[in-house]
Amino acid sequence: MSEKETPTAIELLTFQLADQEYSLDIMSVREIRGWTKTTPLPHAPSYMKGVINLRGTVLPVMDLSERLGLKPQKQTDRNVIIVVNHDDVMTGLLVDAVSDIIALTDDDLQPPPEMQASTAPNVVSALTLIDERMIRVLDLSSIVLSVQSTAA
Amino acid sequence: MSESNDPMAEIRASFFIECEELLEALQDGLQALDDGDEDPETINIVFRAVHSIKGGAGAFGLEALVRFAHRFETVLDEVRAGRMSPDSDARKIFFQCADHLSDLVRISRDDGALPEEETAGLLSLLGDLLGETSDAAEEEAEEEEIDFQPAALSLDLDLGDDDGDASGLPELPPLDSLPATGCTVFTIEFKPENELFETGNEPFHMLRTLDELGECVVTCHLDDLPDLETLIAEQSYLSWKIRLETEAEEAEIAAAFEFVEGLCALTITKGEDASTEATPNDPSDAADEPEEPSLDQADPSVAAPAVPDSSSLEQVPVEAAAPNASAKPSDPVKSSPTPAKSASQTAKSVVRVDLDRIERLVNLVGELVINQAMLSQSLESSGLSPHSDAMNGLEEFQRLTRDIQDSVMMIRAQPVKSLFQRMSRIVREASAAVGKDVRLHTDGESTEVDKTVIERLADPLTHMIRNAVDHGLENPEDRIAAGKPEQGRVNLSAAHRSGRVVIEVSDDGGGINRPKVLQIAIDKGLVSADASLSDTEIDNLLFLPGFSTASVVSDLSGRGVGMDVVRTSIQALGGRISIASTPGEGTTFSISLPLTLAVLDGMVVQVADETLVLPLNVVIETLTLTNEDVEMVRPGAHVVRVRSGFVPLFDLGKELGYRDPIEDYQGSVVLLIAHEDGSRAALIIDSIQDQRQVVIKGLDDSFYRAPGIAAATILGDGQIALILDTSDIITNAIGTANTQAPTGIPA
Repeated sequence: MSEKETPTAIELLTFQLADQEYSLDIMSVREIRGWTKTTPLPHAPSYMKGVINLRGTVLPVMDLSERLGLKPQKQTDRNVIIVVNHDDVMTGLLVDAVSDIIALTDDDLQPPPEMQASTAPNVVSALTLIDERMIRVLDLSSIVLSVQSTAA
Repeated sequence: MSESNDPMAEIRASFFIECEELLEALQDGLQALDDGDEDPETINIVFRAVHSIKGGAGAFGLEALVRFAHRFETVLDEVRAGRMSPDSDARKIFFQCADHLSDLVRISRDDGALPEEETAGLLSLLGDLLGETSDAAEEEAEEEEIDFQPAALSLDLDLGDDDGDASGLPELPPLDSLPATGCTVFTIEFKPENELFETGNEPFHMLRTLDELGECVVTCHLDDLPDLETLIAEQSYLSWKIRLETEAEEAEIAAAFEFVEGLCALTITKGEDASTEATPNDPSDAADEPEEPSLDQADPSVAAPAVPDSSSLEQVPVEAAAPNASAKPSDPVKSSPTPAKSASQTAKSVVRVDLDRIERLVNLVGELVINQAMLSQSLESSGLSPHSDAMNGLEEFQRLTRDIQDSVMMIRAQPVKSLFQRMSRIVREASAAVGKDVRLHTDGESTEVDKTVIERLADPLTHMIRNAVDHGLENPEDRIAAGKPEQGRVNLSAAHRSGRVVIEVSDDGGGINRPKVLQIAIDKGLVSADASLSDTEIDNLLFLPGFSTASVVSDLSGRGVGMDVVRTSIQALGGRISIASTPGEGTTFSISLPLTLAVLDGMVVQVADETLVLPLNVVIETLTLTNEDVEMVRPGAHVVRVRSGFVPLFDLGKELGYRDPIEDYQGSVVLLIAHEDGSRAALIIDSIQDQRQVVIKGLDDSFYRAPGIAAATILGDGQIALILDTSDIITNAIGTANTQAPTGIPA
């Protein structure tokens, strides 16, 4: 990583999903924990993996790949759960692997190009290039909130 | 309330909390009056409650509240003085006023818009009451300052020493000629205790009130005042002796001290010098102390944190001397001079605790229970002998955990009384709206239920009470025709029954009109026209969404909320609701609720490799099936024969979507489930693991609401197990079975 003098506007946690790189604002990330067996919820959408015990509270966990319309991931030891907090609601996101924490300024972020609507929710809020790799910045609220609207 | 660092805001908040208690006392008192209680103490309680609210409101400049409370108080004072006997109309107005007063308190607290019109209406009603009894009170109502003036005529004030002195009163001249007669001399001994200052009272105000009553000579006793070195700033050392020459009566003098009743030693005696007459119920009387007027050594600033500037006290010869004025150390510090009195005063010692702290404690205890379960599990699997010390210790630990849990839950428990009082208001309003005369009878008000349950019960209960008044009870003409008293009766009762709380709402109305209910259900397409339903099934139609029996949607109940919403909210509390109705005699709704929302006696079962918990109280029997027990009614719908009855059979694994339905029932374990409404069902499970108490963890509904799941719990191995809502599962299963049946028939 190159040293920059400019003040950092944003820090991102990057992670792997189906061989692609995604990232989330690190301020919304509470913790990262290893995969534990979930208790499945009956009749839940397929991306809802179930609930786990997070130090005494019940944490719902969703498979982020499936949520984004990618292929469901295979369970491996490297799978981790990113615990995120959105509007005081904690959710676990199952991802393939966590890669790095990167610091960026707003200038480094590009809005995603307008594309024709797909069935998958529009969850990518920005794009950025790190070492010639494209990293997608996820909009957490659309991931978590649209679940609520579909469930309601 | 965010400005918690503002001390005034805190005091204000505690005033409103006190208001709640006072309003409760007010309601209680009015109810007792309404029930024919003639005890003068009852009206005194009512009066005092209103009076205290007024006093507090005045301190915070809540003028609307003060004005209304004042007029209300004036009328109550008439009753108290025996010049007005509250007939049923007056009592009705009193109730309305009490309701309005609680509205005003709430509005004042939330800084809401004041209901001017309603206030004005009630004020004029109160005025009418006054007009019939006393003209003087009318003008008095305008003058808020001369607060206690009209109380001059009351003979039965409740101060302890009144009774003793009342015998002396008859020699007083007739009431109407009282002002013409000369003055009476009273000697008042007044010794504030520490609590008086701690509660923010101010002796100066009382002295001033006395001063307004007549010629007043105040002497301050400083004998108890210690040296400056030994002086404790918070300690009250001073006492006053007041010689009062006044036209007013003793009750009026006592009223000046009404707010500090119990916080001071007070004797009021008629005559010049009565210092030797200690009243019997005032053992710690200040009268015993040497009375030695030492005016020049008065040091109010030491004893009372807020003793006023003496310059404003014209006729009170208390001289504020320099703070270092050394008092005679004749009597060293009396640390607690009146233990007997304070004991009688604090009959019920209560601590107000922030709910968050209790929540935290409840959560911690929940963790403890889970931890203890984990520990037992690991010790058991370690192969220790069950008679080893470790296992015995564990058993003790288990018992203690359970005790702690029960105690913590008890902290959260509250009597349902406040809830019931709100309901009596609902009855009054509802009955007035539909023009029926209705009386609410409550029973079991002291039954304690978890605070959250009480809070969340208010809405459904309100709806049910309204329903009972509006739909349950017949019109007055019909009641008379049916040979019933014109006044309708609604009963509201609460009781503990086998680990649950049962709340019943019943009316003595016409009962459910089943043909009409069925017809409406058919008209609305809720049931098919040729369906033959049992009485219970028809009654339960009321719980269907979008059902309303009132042929005329009245203002009262046609609010778009049906009994289905009531049932949903009861179920959300882990409760059940059922109906029993007898034509011509009335309808009873029974709500059965868990005592607490935090723990549950559960049966831990295994289904399709998942561990699930069922509430133990719904399981009435366990069976092992043979293929002969199971009969098919139609494809996809089976029943199991239990003795002589048939019970619908559901595969829990299939209903939860965990597996395909099983084909062979031989050897399956079945739980027989019964609900409060009498419905039964059999659930197929794989195996029963355990019966144990589990800590209920709420599932975050905002994310995904799983059907048939009430909550979750954490097992001893740290895994989460879901707690089932069996009635939801069965309702869903019946729903899917019905929709699946047509597709199944052609196959």
